[in-house]
Amino acid sequence: MTIEIEQPRVGLSKIAVSKTHGEDSPYFAGWKAYDENPYDEFRNPSGVIQMGLAENQVSFDILEEYLEQHAEEASWGKKASGFRENALFQDYHGLQSFRKAMASFMEKIREGRTKFNPDRVVLTAGATAANELLTFILADPGDALLVPTPYYPGFDRDLRWRTGVNIVPIHCDSSNNFQVTPQALEAAYKNAESMNIKVRGVLITNPSNPLGVTIHRSTLEQILDFVTIKNIHLVSDEIYSGSVFSPTEFTSIAEILESRSYKDCERVHIVYSLSKDLGLPGFRVGTIYSYNDRVVTTARRMSSFTLISSQTQQLLGSMLSDEKFTGNYITKNRERLRNRYEKMVGGLRNAGVECLEGNAGLFCWVNLSPLLESQTRESELAVWEAILHRVKLNISPGSSCHCSEPGWFRVCFANMSEKTLEVALKRIQSFMEERKITSG
Amino acid sequence: MGFISSDHNNEQLLSKIATNNGHGENSPYFDGWKAYDSDPYHSAQNPNGVIQMGLAENELCFDLIQKWVANNPKASICTAEGANEFKDIAIYQDYHGLPEFRQGVAKFMGKVRGDRVMFDPDRIVMSGGATGAHEMLAFCLADPGDAFLVPTPYYPGFDRDLRWRTGTQIVPVVCESCTNFKLTKEALETAFQKATEAKIRVKGLLITNPSNPLGTVLDRDTLKTIVRFTNDKNIHLVSDEIYAATVFNKPGFISIAEIIEEETYCNRDLIHIVYSLSKDLGFPGFRVGIVYSYNDQVTLCARKMSSFGLVSTQTQHLIGSLLSDDIFTEKFIAESADRLAKRHEIFTKGLAQVGIGSLESNAGLFFWMDLRRLLKESTIKAEMALWQLIIHEVKLNVSPGSSFHCSEPGWFRVCFANMDDDTVKIALRRIRNFVLQSKGLDQGPAKRQCWQSKLQVSLSFRRLDDFVMAPHMMSPHSPISSPLVRARN
Repeated sequence: MTIEIEQPRVGLSKIAVSKTHGEDSPYFAGWKAYDENPYDEFRNPSGVIQMGLAENQVSFDILEEYLEQHAEEASWGKKASGFRENALFQDYHGLQSFRKAMASFMEKIREGRTKFNPDRVVLTAGATAANELLTFILADPGDALLVPTPYYPGFDRDLRWRTGVNIVPIHCDSSNNFQVTPQALEAAYKNAESMNIKVRGVLITNPSNPLGVTIHRSTLEQILDFVTIKNIHLVSDEIYSGSVFSPTEFTSIAEILESRSYKDCERVHIVYSLSKDLGLPGFRVGTIYSYNDRVVTTARRMSSFTLISSQTQQLLGSMLSDEKFTGNYITKNRERLRNRYEKMVGGLRNAGVECLEGNAGLFCWVNLSPLLESQTRESELAVWEAILHRVKLNISPGSSCHCSEPGWFRVCFANMSEKTLEVALKRIQSFMEERKITSG
Repeated sequence: MGFISSDHNNEQLLSKIATNNGHGENSPYFDGWKAYDSDPYHSAQNPNGVIQMGLAENELCFDLIQKWVANNPKASICTAEGANEFKDIAIYQDYHGLPEFRQGVAKFMGKVRGDRVMFDPDRIVMSGGATGAHEMLAFCLADPGDAFLVPTPYYPGFDRDLRWRTGTQIVPVVCESCTNFKLTKEALETAFQKATEAKIRVKGLLITNPSNPLGTVLDRDTLKTIVRFTNDKNIHLVSDEIYAATVFNKPGFISIAEIIEEETYCNRDLIHIVYSLSKDLGFPGFRVGIVYSYNDQVTLCARKMSSFGLVSTQTQHLIGSLLSDDIFTEKFIAESADRLAKRHEIFTKGLAQVGIGSLESNAGLFFWMDLRRLLKESTIKAEMALWQLIIHEVKLNVSPGSSFHCSEPGWFRVCFANMDDDTVKIALRRIRNFVLQSKGLDQGPAKRQCWQSKLQVSLSFRRLDDFVMAPHMMSPHSPISSPLVRARN
């Protein structure tokens, strides 16, 4: 029997009550709609198809085959002390075999064009943690990182929420296929200056999310020149590097550094993860690769808050050290993603819908601006809602990615079976046909 | 490829957080770890090496777990039996966590408390170990500049976990040996007042129960006093209960979860528990930290923050299976307590025989050894000198009380659950020999000049105010850049 007592409101922190976690955004309506009515081929064929989740489900069979054949190495092996040693291992350096395997996997993705030193690999529980951690290290509260738009919405939380750091956008638009230009970089920098905000670095995503395109070599050179002149950092989030359809089309910032004999490289840091390329977001495997000794040391210390489970390090260390497996996986994965992309683009074209020409990633950057009543964010949201509730597809509106040009949408294609993709494309076709009829 | 970094330039290029000492690793206590690293004991290969007694790890019951793992192949997605779940587990990234994981943890937490209380799986929030849990709660409950009251002696990692990236402060609540380090209302009030006078806003009190480093449990009266205090002051109460299943003797463990059922006046929005599987089960590598809050808003916020430190679903799956096996967990809890009790007795009795006392304790993976009478003088300097002696002459890495901010020199934390039975015998023999040799000698290591020259101790530590100002004192329980050193706890 408890008596109701009027309790004084107890305060939480400013961080706790802020909205910077980003979850109160209108885009959650999309997720809600999916959760309440998820598509299932047999049980709910008219449900909402999830096309807002950048997951890679096209290559699981290859992973499963590996596990079938290598159960022991992937687990604790026959050695009696295997489990114990693994369960006790909490060194923030991480299992050496795993770090070596990550470095070598990153090299393989870049076809050996650069080398990665395992001692510079710092482990974090996911790229989410890696990006936040780097921000804590490179910037003080109130400072800013410059980020090209459109960008992954999660950055608003990862770079800003607990760190108190700002994002100042580098505006890109369709006039040049959303590439970053020196003018845009300069404009963003000046914008920050005018607000009395100190810029500490530039964060690029290469290949880009949501564009699904790799950054040109020349653009990377320009960005590197820019950060060098301004004496700021460059973070290159390369978590989709293994999802480039053709390996020769990806240039990592590491290659640019190598071509410059690593001059002035201490300002460059790479973020990688296995969530997209290997399709293992649940395992929380992120890394920071920094050319700056101090950053490596500090990041390693900070990783105490977000280490990777040693059980998972053991599994993936064994998998990624198997060169035959990784070579086969990377090749097949690229092929399958390219096929999906082509299917997607082909289907959209049949429906009269154009996309940005992409060469990487798990999604297309689709141009629906012809459907907008006016080139405004409101119109874009209206189209989005129509697609969500009438076409029953959850796609991501460009405004959620801070795109300055309304009408663009990110549509994922790798998180579903081919059959489901076909269903989604049919729905888009029907929708577009209806609009043609109604608009006369 | 070696990169020459111009340090000065680099200093300006990184944040204040990155360049301050909040990580706590620039401490003189690293001598202990260095000594162990460069000369680690091994029964066959290096019998005269340093024995590690500074690491609070639980290695006593792995045989039970290994047997369970071998008998339950489905719990591992790497086996033929479990592989069909691989895909679903691998793509699951929902920060709510696998239901079976949350249910397993909630059930286990209840069992550890004798099923006297139940835990709601929907309040289980994941974090990157207890390390991540503490930082996460600090981010949720306090703003930069705010403070948490923490009774001394306390786990040195709190200095980093509560303060480094959050900007919050720690105000110590001094507990004295004359009252067996009991946490008193007076001590709480004194600490609170000091903070208020210094214009520091206190947002909460953090207790560790069972205590690290003391190995004792809080009695019912003290717990009630604590709850009354925090409720009156309208501040949060965080109860770190990561050693809950290491209680091996009477009196039993009383959790804050039980107290709030009894003290119904208390505002539950103020109550939060930190848990982990690193100590009770011996799985520090798996990074299973838990925040359990009775405050809905905190639960929601912490869950969002947990994105920065989720538990690998591979591990969630294993743990969910393991902890849902009631027969196993009940047997484990009982057997583990039994083995810890035996270890504890071997050491404390063995030391008592040579006149070395320790604080009477019934929990934890360590005991709090009393070497006050071996000190040349009752100072931190003398404690450090004695400690250097123990490392270099006795070849044991134990942890000096000053690293735990203990107000009185001469106490040392000695871990006993991270070694096999043979090593236990050798460690005990070494301590006993050392003590017997020290009897009748001029106390103090006057002869040991070589160690003293290495001492770089900041002595600005003794007054209460200095606890707030001196972030440098850290235990050897922090990793250094040696590839051999393990992250401490």
